[in-house]
Amino acid sequence: MIGAIFTLLACQLAGEIASQALHLPVPGPVLGMVLLVSLLVWRRQLGPDLEAASGFLLRHLSLFFVPAAVGVMVHGGRIAREWWPLGAAILVSTALTLGVTGVVFQAVARWVARESQT
Amino acid sequence: MNVGGHSALAGLWVYLHAQPLFWLTATLAAYGCGAALHERAGRSPAVNAVAIAVGLLVALLLGTGTSYATYFEGAQFVHFLLGPATVALAVPMFRHRHVVARAWLPLLAALLAGSVTAAASAMAVAWALGADWQSVLSLAPKSVTTPIAMGISERIGGVPSFTAVLVMVTGILGAIIARPVLDALGVRDWRARGFAAGLAAHGLGTARAFQVDQLAGTFAGIGVGLNGIATSVLVPLLVEVVGR
Repeated sequence: MIGAIFTLLACQLAGEIASQALHLPVPGPVLGMVLLVSLLVWRRQLGPDLEAASGFLLRHLSLFFVPAAVGVMVHGGRIAREWWPLGAAILVSTALTLGVTGVVFQAVARWVARESQT
Repeated sequence: MNVGGHSALAGLWVYLHAQPLFWLTATLAAYGCGAALHERAGRSPAVNAVAIAVGLLVALLLGTGTSYATYFEGAQFVHFLLGPATVALAVPMFRHRHVVARAWLPLLAALLAGSVTAAASAMAVAWALGADWQSVLSLAPKSVTTPIAMGISERIGGVPSFTAVLVMVTGILGAIIARPVLDALGVRDWRARGFAAGLAAHGLGTARAFQVDQLAGTFAGIGVGLNGIATSVLVPLLVEVVGR
């Protein structure tokens, strides 16, 4: 288990270092994720420990959002002033994003399937 | 009469409430309550464990006159795990690499279309309805997972902790409306449905997708990761173009 935790943290650390040192717009944990995918593809296998550690983290993903979201309490003023434009923007944009993403994916997937048949 | 006992209790509270342990425990307890209610409501996405936990904790903090900074001293241990959890998204991606590799073209097309839509439409609507520019910037990365969104927000001049709140609202809302929106548009492909949920509503959309279907959940996880990368490149560019 220690090895798996080390792998996750080391990938994140390497990602942070690369992001800072190279002034990349991509945050460290995302680079860490890309690094871990590459590492796994290169090793061609997934240890049971890494599977367990990542499974634990991903199952409880929503818990980790709580501390940052409690920050809502320091933004009372901004929310009271702008709840309507921001709320409307979130609703419209989220619905649009879901629709556009789903429709484009399905349309292109069907097109690919048709092309590969002919 | 009971003054001695009362002041001892007050002393204990003064001691405890400054301890990281207390707020760490409170965070887990509040989330436990939220998760239990979510289960009792038949896992309805409208009864969201994070929203309930946040409501309970904010009430407790305001009721006891505790600052967010004091709270965060304890809660940071939970917050920290967002980073490794983001890295851990690599595992489902690797496990389903063959399915993913076969769908690279639809993934890429939907990623570009979705990522641009998520940032541009949110900024446009908020700006048109009169939100101030700093709020518009804080809103731009709303569809990506919290640690990435906060990082982007900081880089473009938004307020990272406010972004965290907007990200949570987006996640809760996205988990609720994903099914009706995708049904209405006739999107039946599980990969497309999952990818849309993850791209638009990050971890909360992913958690919802995993409840419904394993394949959808996997593609939702891919959506979170890919949109994290795409948005962190795209949003600073978009802001630079619009900001002139």
